[in-house]
Amino acid sequence: MEREEWTKVHNRKKIVLMFFIVALLMCLLVGRLVYLMIWGSVYYGGKAQEIHERERPIKAARGNIYDRNGVLLASNRTVCTISVIHSQIEDEEQVIKALSSALQMDESEVRKRVEKVSSMERIRSNVDIETGDKIRDMGLPGVKVDEDYKRYYPYGSLASKVLGFTGGDNQGIVGLEVKYDELLQGEPGKILTLTDARGIEIEGVGESRKEPVNGDDLYLTLDYNIQTYAMQAAEKVMEQKSADSVEIIVMNPSNGEVYAMVNVPEFDLNHPFTLTEAYEPEAGVSEMDALNTMWRNKCLNDTYEPGSIFKIITASAALEEGVVSVDDTFYCPGYITVEDRRIRCHKVTGHGSETFVQGLQNSCNPVFIAVGQRIGVENYFKYFRQFGLNRLTNIDLPGEAGTIMHAKENVGPVELATISFGQSFQITPIKLATTAGSLVNGGLLVTPHLALEARDADGTLVKDFREAYQLSEDDRIVSEDTSKLMQELLESVVTEGGGKRAYIEGYSIGGKTATSQTLPRSAHKYISSFIGFAPADDPQVLVLVVIHDPQGIYYGGTIAAPVARDIFADILPYLNIAPCTEKENNVY
Amino acid sequence: MARRQKKKRQIKYFDYSLLFIIIFLICFGLVMLYSTSAYDAQLTFKDPAHYLKRQGFAFGLGLAGMFVISQIDYRVWKKFGNLAYIVAIVLCTLVLIPGIGIEHNYSRRWLGIPNSSLEFQPSEFAKLAVIVFLAAMISKIPKKMAKFVNVLKVMGFILPLFAVIAYNNLSTAIIVMGIGVAMIFVASPKYLQFILIGLAGAGGIALFLVLPSAGYRSERIQMWFHPEDYAKGYQTLQGLYAIGSGGLFGKGLGNSMQKLGFVPEAPNDMIFSIICEELGLFGAICVILLFLLLMWRFMVIANNARDLFGALLVTGILAHIAIQVVLNIAVVTNSIPNTGVTLPFISYGGTSVVFLMAEMGLALSVSRGIQFEPDTSEIAYD
Repeated sequence: MEREEWTKVHNRKKIVLMFFIVALLMCLLVGRLVYLMIWGSVYYGGKAQEIHERERPIKAARGNIYDRNGVLLASNRTVCTISVIHSQIEDEEQVIKALSSALQMDESEVRKRVEKVSSMERIRSNVDIETGDKIRDMGLPGVKVDEDYKRYYPYGSLASKVLGFTGGDNQGIVGLEVKYDELLQGEPGKILTLTDARGIEIEGVGESRKEPVNGDDLYLTLDYNIQTYAMQAAEKVMEQKSADSVEIIVMNPSNGEVYAMVNVPEFDLNHPFTLTEAYEPEAGVSEMDALNTMWRNKCLNDTYEPGSIFKIITASAALEEGVVSVDDTFYCPGYITVEDRRIRCHKVTGHGSETFVQGLQNSCNPVFIAVGQRIGVENYFKYFRQFGLNRLTNIDLPGEAGTIMHAKENVGPVELATISFGQSFQITPIKLATTAGSLVNGGLLVTPHLALEARDADGTLVKDFREAYQLSEDDRIVSEDTSKLMQELLESVVTEGGGKRAYIEGYSIGGKTATSQTLPRSAHKYISSFIGFAPADDPQVLVLVVIHDPQGIYYGGTIAAPVARDIFADILPYLNIAPCTEKENNVY
Repeated sequence: MARRQKKKRQIKYFDYSLLFIIIFLICFGLVMLYSTSAYDAQLTFKDPAHYLKRQGFAFGLGLAGMFVISQIDYRVWKKFGNLAYIVAIVLCTLVLIPGIGIEHNYSRRWLGIPNSSLEFQPSEFAKLAVIVFLAAMISKIPKKMAKFVNVLKVMGFILPLFAVIAYNNLSTAIIVMGIGVAMIFVASPKYLQFILIGLAGAGGIALFLVLPSAGYRSERIQMWFHPEDYAKGYQTLQGLYAIGSGGLFGKGLGNSMQKLGFVPEAPNDMIFSIICEELGLFGAICVILLFLLLMWRFMVIANNARDLFGALLVTGILAHIAIQVVLNIAVVTNSIPNTGVTLPFISYGGTSVVFLMAEMGLALSVSRGIQFEPDTSEIAYD
């Protein structure tokens, strides 16, 4: 009976219809899924990958810097950064106590950071590795110890302005560290990990790792011992003469290798952002400006009036041009009148009658003004360019300053006269040393440089910089004869002239002194300097000493020459440069 | 006399295929739930099986209920239709009262069960109540359903329940209404009326969504088209990332990344996106086919039911599950604007599981009433 009641066909038909409507809807959804999961999979899958993956860089160890003999000048120290992850800490009190005692920090300070609700809070960075290991061994949940490299300079202030230092990301900031940053830096590696939505890494899932390539080691032309001697000599004279600063460059004039570059007062490379006493800023000078001043390498970042040392250049130009010979005689009444200006010699009473050689030995201004006039403006500028004085030395250090020179059309007789004895224009000490060195080394212009070679972490030679600095006849700036003559003339300056105080018994040393007045002249501040090279007939080492604002006696021959002498006395035996008595017995 | 003899020869029927599909879905659901929730459960409750245990408990309870109900003659429930409906309205009203209803995730949808820590969602009960209520009512007046006025009257009966539920749970209210419409559709011999109702409904929804005055709803539409531009589109977008990263065969069971806190509500509404990510397009289609198989069994049972009440009961169950499956997958794939619908048998949710199993018990009970008459040829030999 009941059954008959509902044999309605339409009910069954509609139930079937309903089933097919559902089936149709499900087919449409399958279509949508096919679209999303096949056509959309690259887009959506990629997006998903982006939010899951975390790239964690692994720092590459920065390359070491060594001197020419393998003395380590800059290296890395492993340091630790201690931080806490708030959500993972189980016992706050325990963590606070453990960290404050291990790090010797104030408990309240640690507490403030531990209790702060943040994803990760740094407690302290630059913690030494022993302390870091100790904290890690405690195994406190939520405390993270990350290892990192920090640049370390074993000799602190040695060659500070040359080596430079690195910043927080291990990138070079000044000096060689920035010049050879790419070479030293290496390639950072990375760890790709997957994280959950809170950023917590998932262990062992899809972790891929690219190992870092450590930076190459850089070997310098610097010599640790020479640098140390030179620095000590510079510090001594700075203190004795209460000078502002002293620069010393020691280089090999025959190939441009720099053995030492001293800028006292130096600063501590391990604390480059701490102003040293000597650089305390005056009122109105910002700390940043004071730091920049402290970091300046005055050997090449600043220019000065070279004074009488520049007579080497005037003499070389005149001899090369043939407008003067060594026996030409001049007369010095103590002054010379150029146009309407009377220019005095440093010896007010005058040198009287003298030869060109004696003029050089006496560093007599009227003689060199006369020689400059013989050369003439046109030729003087020709030699200025030929000697490379209008160009940079291209030393491998950042921020080399250019020469500040008169424009040729503005040079009248007075300007020519002052240029002839090294006044009224400015060059850098390194430019002066390079040019003077090149004039006496046989006549080839060298490029001063500090990089000797680069080696990778295994010690394999990656780059030999010597090749790039090979000299050829293309580098000739003056004839060999003139160069030889200059060697002899400058040796006589030391044996008989103003450079006597640089003389060392048994060695042949060439040199020239200079005393220049800084601008404004009314301040009566002086720069006394001396350039010397040895052996005079085959220069293998050249020393330039520049003393800024010495108190008391300020003549270069009196105070700068003895500094060079002291350095020569130390380094000539060290460099195995034999005294000339033995040398004369040698074959050459 | 002949009739009586015939009855004795009837073959006892029980729809084992349906039972098998249900058990398979439960097991699959538990595996996926564990895979999806273990990471979060470990972090939140220090027990990776936290959700699995609760869901397993609900399934245990539900399975027991299912077997009991399947053994009871479903015709018993005809008398309880009205009572069930009234209880549903009362419970769904109670839940709205602050202090009685319990809030989770800013929605007040739960009632506490006295003397226990268990909670229960009355709207889940309402679905079952509507099925029983409508089946009982319509089966009393099958002939009258041909008249459009009566169709509207019957619909009018479920409007109060719809309104009470819609107050804070629009998606469940839509499901309840959908179940009602489907059952009335099957009961009525007419088609045109329903096409009109369907059109009117579609038009109403469109108007409802597009009207500029409905600020938050039009935002919902914008969010639907450009989920990446809205903070609230985050769930949709993360679901799409999960689906898209699945590809053809998925990352493998347990290997979802998106379940690690990226997809909000991953064990609940969004579980299908994790199925897609882990089992790929292949797995997703298998799941959909499994549901279609389930629908097919319901269709067979409904069409062979002993009486109209049984047929309508199973129709209602079919509509309920079909609507939830289609809406859930449509939401997860961003085919329609986001609304919270769970995936039957698989999503986490105790109340839903218990009542779902009760519905399965009813369907099985109806299947037991199916009588296969021996072929006439056989009778001839008799």
